Amino acid sequence: MNNTLYDKIWDEHCIRNNDDKTSLIYIDRHLIHEVTSPQAFDGLDIKQRDIWNQHSILATTDHNVPTINRDKGIADPVSKLQIETLRNNCKKHNLQFYDLGNVKQGIVHVIGPELGMTQPGMTLVCGDSHTSTHGALASLAFGIGTSDVEHVLATQCLNLKKEKNFKIEVNGSLNPHITSKDLILHIIGKIGTSGGTGYTIEYAGSTIADLSIESRMTICNMTIEAGAKSGLMSFDQTTHDYLKDREFLPSAKHYDQALKYWETLKSDDNAVFDRVEKFDASDIDPQVTWGTSPEMVVSVDDKIPNADSINNQEEYLDTLKYMGLEPDTEIKAIHLDKIFIGSCTNSRIEDLRQAADVVKGEKVSSNIKQAIIVPGSGLVKAQAENEGLDKIFIQAGFEWRDPGCSMCLGMNDDFLEPYERCASTSNRNFQGRQGDKGRTHLVSPSMAAAAAIKGHFYNVKDFMNEK
Amino acid sequence: MKNKLFSGQVIPINRDNVDTDLIIPKQYLKSIKKSGFGPYLFDSLRYNETATLDSTKEREEDSSFILNKTPYRNGKILIAKANFGCGSSREHAVWAIQNYGIDVVIAESFADIFSRNSFKNGLLLISLDAQVIEDIINTTLKESEYILSIDLESENITKPNGEQISFSIDDSYKDRIINNLDDIELTLRFKDEIKSYESKMRQNKPWLFGNE
Ligand code: SF4
Repeated sequence: MNNTLYDKIWDEHCIRNNDDKTSLIYIDRHLIHEVTSPQAFDGLDIKQRDIWNQHSILATTDHNVPTINRDKGIADPVSKLQIETLRNNCKKHNLQFYDLGNVKQGIVHVIGPELGMTQPGMTLVCGDSHTSTHGALASLAFGIGTSDVEHVLATQCLNLKKEKNFKIEVNGSLNPHITSKDLILHIIGKIGTSGGTGYTIEYAGSTIADLSIESRMTICNMTIEAGAKSGLMSFDQTTHDYLKDREFLPSAKHYDQALKYWETLKSDDNAVFDRVEKFDASDIDPQVTWGTSPEMVVSVDDKIPNADSINNQEEYLDTLKYMGLEPDTEIKAIHLDKIFIGSCTNSRIEDLRQAADVVKGEKVSSNIKQAIIVPGSGLVKAQAENEGLDKIFIQAGFEWRDPGCSMCLGMNDDFLEPYERCASTSNRNFQGRQGDKGRTHLVSPSMAAAAAIKGHFYNVKDFMNEK
Repeated sequence: MKNKLFSGQVIPINRDNVDTDLIIPKQYLKSIKKSGFGPYLFDSLRYNETATLDSTKEREEDSSFILNKTPYRNGKILIAKANFGCGSSREHAVWAIQNYGIDVVIAESFADIFSRNSFKNGLLLISLDAQVIEDIINTTLKESEYILSIDLESENITKPNGEQISFSIDDSYKDRIINNLDDIELTLRFKDEIKSYESKMRQNKPWLFGNE
């Protein structure tokens, strides 16, 4: 056989091929949050349609929620209404819902895997582009818009055109303190933000095989920033170990049967890919984005590129102006105002451990106005507190928050003021993403932590050697 | 109603990677409706200050932004470069474009999720070669008034000087826009097939339905 993992999951879920080159694809799991669902539920009501399979759905609030003083409720009436709308819709349709105050509430892409709602071989959708995250568990996962949310609610299916197959093979060992975040930023820097458009990307090679599931999720998460809707990785022992004892896993009665299926979830040896790119992990340094697109990225020891290396001059000049930066500036000379460690890219326990390693016994630099740590879920938060990480952060001068998307997109009260500069572990550095006129630099958790202590970017490898 | 002919002033956005955060910033995603996003299209470029959904304050426009200039203000056809609509999956971006009164977006290429959302809402997207786009953008910026007529049925664009550009578009997309179809209804024609697939899977992969 010569099928890719993508081919296999696709075929397994294909109900019929339509006349227009699309196929009717069955969706196993549907994750829902407050921002992209109200209009979909409303659409169902207008047409008096029922939900096809309530048991396929998991809902939570994340984008819009406060990460501080939750007991006081939500002050902004518009946000409050949106969350109440989700609450009412879940109640009305009898859906599994983790509301504020529940320890299982959190960023939808953190809680899906954590609770075992994301399982290998599934098709999984959510009204959010970073749904690609779940591909780290060998599930075909992708973001959809609100009309598609309604479509899945009503039919449990989507009509999709099959994407092409793209393999990214990474070999070699990552150097100490270099994370999968640096790796994916490096890859996006090379293939560009539309490099993956029209493809499903499968990540393979020894580097990927050596990564934990959490690190793999960071890579799949940012696959959408390379233009591909889904990133996939094959099932292996690491996946198996990660899944163990998660709440919503198959019951003992079906577990062996499920495992047998999961073990088939890898590309065949002779699988045919439309495109293949290879990377060497051993020569990657800590990455920092300097512009307003994730592909505008360099190593921390480099400088802001100068005009000679750029094609689109107008965009380049606009970007530098927006970012308030000059050509040829050393990345390490860039001083910061805020530090954000969180988001569905980097808010899992492993991320917090890495940051805590750097921060331990240090103090946040005096020029940093605010440094916040926002765990991805209530369970991550509880785990971190068990390990004493919260104390390390608080002693260093960080704020320790409740779970949510927070400053990744600044829909709640956590955002950048105009012209503030932030080292952020999130995934998008678009204009205004973290706040109107705010300036975002994307980095790994340990790089953000080092920047918090130094007050400017600093190579975390050097930081740890000097520590 | 059949939507086949589109005609209107072109609004040039001379850049690549117009992302959905730029098209509609997050503070407006708190709405639970599909309408009313028009005033917030390209919000951060259009105004000198930000707003919220419930603020009623009149805002000062940034006069240097294209949408604040005549005749672009009343444009119906947006034109930009590569990878239009990248980033967040927010369908609000499509609603904002439509709510503003724009019927067509022309670009070198479009991001996948944005394309799909546009298709679902009947927003016409047309891909053209970089050179053709460059020409239209430059001429529009020079001559300001610049009206394109688009015939979806024959896949043809007529420039103000009478010159023609052909484009190609998926039949299903075309059909969807022209006939304003209800996708859910179309899918539910295969209800029985979905049901029989499901009962097969209940046998083959019972754990997927285990929590029922
Ligand atoms: S953390 Fe950021 S990227 Fe992730 S789901 Fe929330 S808003 Fe989207």
